[in-house]
Amino acid sequence: MVDDLAFLFDKYNVVAAFWVTVQLAVLSAIGSLIWGTALAAMRVSPVPIMRGFAAVYINAVRNTPLTVILVGSSLGLWQTLGVTLAGERATEVNFRLAILGLVAYTSCFVCESLRSGINTVHVGQAEAARALGLNFGQVLGRIVLPQAFRSVIGPLASVLIALTKNTTIAAAISVAEAAALMKTMVENEAHLLFLVTVIFAFGFVFLTLPTGLILGWVSKKVAVKR
Amino acid sequence: MRIGRVLRTSAVVAAASLALAACGDDGGNGGEAGGEEGGVAEKSCEGGGDASVTIGTKFDQPGLGQKTPEGMDGFDIAVACYIAKQIHGDDVNVEWKEAPSAERENLLERGDVDMVVATYTINDERKQKIDFAGPYLLAHQDLLVRADYEEIKSEEDLKDASLKLCSVTGSTSAQNVKDDFAPNADLVEYGGYSECMTGLQNEAVDAVTTDNSILAGFASAEQYKDKFKLMNFNLSDEPYGVGIKKGETELRDQINAAIEKMVADGDWQKFFDTHLGPSGFKADTPTITEK
Repeated sequence: MVDDLAFLFDKYNVVAAFWVTVQLAVLSAIGSLIWGTALAAMRVSPVPIMRGFAAVYINAVRNTPLTVILVGSSLGLWQTLGVTLAGERATEVNFRLAILGLVAYTSCFVCESLRSGINTVHVGQAEAARALGLNFGQVLGRIVLPQAFRSVIGPLASVLIALTKNTTIAAAISVAEAAALMKTMVENEAHLLFLVTVIFAFGFVFLTLPTGLILGWVSKKVAVKR
Repeated sequence: MRIGRVLRTSAVVAAASLALAACGDDGGNGGEAGGEEGGVAEKSCEGGGDASVTIGTKFDQPGLGQKTPEGMDGFDIAVACYIAKQIHGDDVNVEWKEAPSAERENLLERGDVDMVVATYTINDERKQKIDFAGPYLLAHQDLLVRADYEEIKSEEDLKDASLKLCSVTGSTSAQNVKDDFAPNADLVEYGGYSECMTGLQNEAVDAVTTDNSILAGFASAEQYKDKFKLMNFNLSDEPYGVGIKKGETELRDQINAAIEKMVADGDWQKFFDTHLGPSGFKADTPTITEK
């Protein structure tokens, strides 16, 4: 068992593959946080066309399987329409497209978590801010969103954990992350199938468990005491 | 025309992605690879007799082993069927079981299948767990390119860094590209060969690479006929064997005898021409090595 484990780690660069997973997860998380916040702002905005766009976007994208989104961006955007996102080699292009797809998908869940956070902020807060003469942007940016974010750290941690695991789907479009290496290892070492599975399962737990614990602690720290 | 291409790709995307989500089956890509005449019973090898044998094979490999609405179809299926008939008689009942690459050894070890005929390359690592009979086909890793493509002329041209190659994530062929004959090439790895085929059609990649038998199966499919050509490079040797449980020497001898008879009778050539021939793929008759 220990010999097999040493053999696998010696032959395959498991750490490098997980590093790509981390890169995918972190970059997509940043992107989804930005785009998700923008979507949430649109959903609560007083402009009907913005509300409509955000509602249609979210319902269309979050109900599409992620595999379809990612394979679709690679086959449709890159292969057919020639969108390369300034990447030169195909591997670069697919890495960027994977982030694009993950951001498009995950931001829906970020937006919906945030929107439920906005609902926890008492309506009197927004009314008071408006009475003081703040415009919509100021009410949202200075009064409502800061409180909303503090109350949705917990749900956002779940979204981040789901995102980390969703990065494995990027293996389908040529991103050399953990799941792609797992496929290689299963192909070559079918007799160590169980051990290979354990390595990757443990790898993901190693990434996601601390995420949940740390963000859980943060969420307690910053919770709005009402 | 732009719209037409977009629509066509979306259809392939949807099909391919659904198939991916369902774990397996390459999604209506191959269509009628062989065009072999004959009813369901003949194709699926269900003689209605008492003797029954369970064979593991691929369900998603056009031209080799593919599950179609009319039954099983492909070269592997024809070979497996022939072997089963030789051993158990013409009215043998074959039960087909899907044998994905990673599962093949386990299926044999657990005794879920009696034999595996599923583009199964004979190698030493696998022989530690199971035994092989055959081979029944000697395949080589090769490149499939568009019919009018002239950039690659010899294996030396594969050293070129601007070359875009496509293969399946984690497959032995993809590893050979990286470790062996084209380490500088821009390798795209998709979940299935169907995505590579659309890339080849759209000129997003220059060549698809894997075993020539698999490429020939795709190139023989109705919708790809005359669009692609095989380069006929022998980049690696892939002898396809029949996998059996370790230590079943009697069964191995029976399978080997059946393969030899199939070659001698000319049935091997017939199966080959029907299922893999239309792409211009040529292969020599196999010589039994696993005795």
